[in-house]
Amino acid sequence: MINMTDILETINMIREENLDIRTVTMGISLIDCVSDDGDRLCGKVYDKITKSAERLVSTACDIEKQYGIPIINKRVSVTPVSLISGACSPDGFVKLAHTLDRAAKTLGIDFIGGFGALVQKGTGASAARLIDAIPQALAETKKVCSSVNVASTKAGINMDAIAKMGGVIKHTAQLTRERDSIGCAKLVVFANVPEDNPFMAGAFHGMGEPETVINVGVSGSGVVASAVKRAGNCDFSALADIIKKTAFKITRVGQLVAGEASRRLGVPLGIVDLSLAPTPAIGDSVARIIEGMGVDVCGAPGTTAALAMLNDAVKKGGVMASSSVGGLSGAFIPVSEDEGMIAAAERGALSLEKLEAMTAVCSVGLDMIAIPGDTPEDVICGIIADEMSIGVANNKTTAVRLIPACGKSAGDSVTFGGLLGYAPVMRVSPFGCASFVARGGTIPAPIHSLKN
Amino acid sequence: MKAVITVTGRDSMGIIARVSTSCAECGVNIMDISQSVLHEYFAMIMLVDIDKLTIPFTDFVDRMAELGHSSALEIHTMHEDIFNSMHRI
Repeated sequence: MINMTDILETINMIREENLDIRTVTMGISLIDCVSDDGDRLCGKVYDKITKSAERLVSTACDIEKQYGIPIINKRVSVTPVSLISGACSPDGFVKLAHTLDRAAKTLGIDFIGGFGALVQKGTGASAARLIDAIPQALAETKKVCSSVNVASTKAGINMDAIAKMGGVIKHTAQLTRERDSIGCAKLVVFANVPEDNPFMAGAFHGMGEPETVINVGVSGSGVVASAVKRAGNCDFSALADIIKKTAFKITRVGQLVAGEASRRLGVPLGIVDLSLAPTPAIGDSVARIIEGMGVDVCGAPGTTAALAMLNDAVKKGGVMASSSVGGLSGAFIPVSEDEGMIAAAERGALSLEKLEAMTAVCSVGLDMIAIPGDTPEDVICGIIADEMSIGVANNKTTAVRLIPACGKSAGDSVTFGGLLGYAPVMRVSPFGCASFVARGGTIPAPIHSLKN
Repeated sequence: MKAVITVTGRDSMGIIARVSTSCAECGVNIMDISQSVLHEYFAMIMLVDIDKLTIPFTDFVDRMAELGHSSALEIHTMHEDIFNSMHRI
């Protein structure tokens, strides 16, 4: 028999503490859509996506109703399109982005990810054309998300690709300058990208994945924040225990929804992503968890330790709750998407440098950070290279999603709306690294013995 | 299978009667009720058996929500699995 205390706890988590399923993401392989004709390719891609995910939204809505838990986003991730469109010109890639956007609209989903390439060891001709097409593709579509993996622990860091991406980010910002450079919010540069990530903008359907798959991401920052607050002045072992138990409960809901979606759609269950994904809503913030632990403002000394402990406890609790864990699985610290981070940045407590340190101990990286529109390209490349090296050296995923907001300088703010939130434009170092970036080539893969 | 119905809102006469009538009309059997009134604020949690439900569960959820809407109450219906998943190992 279910007892009343448990019922009240669950209901309280959902209604008061913003517990929800952030996303049910369906991964779809597009390998069988390959064609040497651009129009034929687009036609096959559209048909494959709209047919495979036909019932995704309605099924997610039914599950939402059955369990009384909101499912905020329904998304689709596809095979990185650079792998299926070798014959496309840059124009052909833009057309393909429009096709993905159209498929997303037909399905009624929130985002579609996979307009991307993997270039960690070198940039193929198809990947190069895709990268050239990114600014226009993101400016002309609404729901398409793009990711480029430029580094891995095994291959090292492709500095040529990073040099290229600096320009792509700036160009994307310019093309969407009327909307606070929102195009850059849909573009992420990765090191060690996971192939089963349900979260945007980095989701794509990896080559080792089945034909179709269901991946689920949970959002429980508010629940953990409340649990930490209720814990009062206990010591760290006790606090870690409380976070583990809370993460377990949150993840079990994710597992339930993932299992049910998989069963109803007849699509294999991929992974549950344990990430604590915040939203701009009050009471759904990772920064507030850190502050709840006793750090005055997120970004103050103690923040990195608090985040490391939180991230570890969430994983320990979550791992037992799910049959298959994957994706990014850590605490997110996207500045514009987290009410507490926004407040900390506005107060000047949180700097780009501190955020970089924080990314060494959590997923996923420098995320949703608005910087001045006139930030030089080499500085953006330098920031990306720094972040990639943290991922490569530590054998973890890191990413960069910077928004050089056109016409804005430090202290201004940008507004994207919805889950993407709003953000103060953060100060960037006035010193550059043009000669460093201009060297090009590859930063070799790190050694994995002689650890220190 | 069971479900949990929660009813909250300003207290008035006949709330339980209306909710239980709706349940009975859909073949839902009430197993347990916990109810309280605090400062004119009504709160009730009902545990119900939905094995003999005559309509699809999601329709029942809508029907109860609609009843809540017309009676100025918040009525939420949730399948028991979410509670079992979260609180049972």
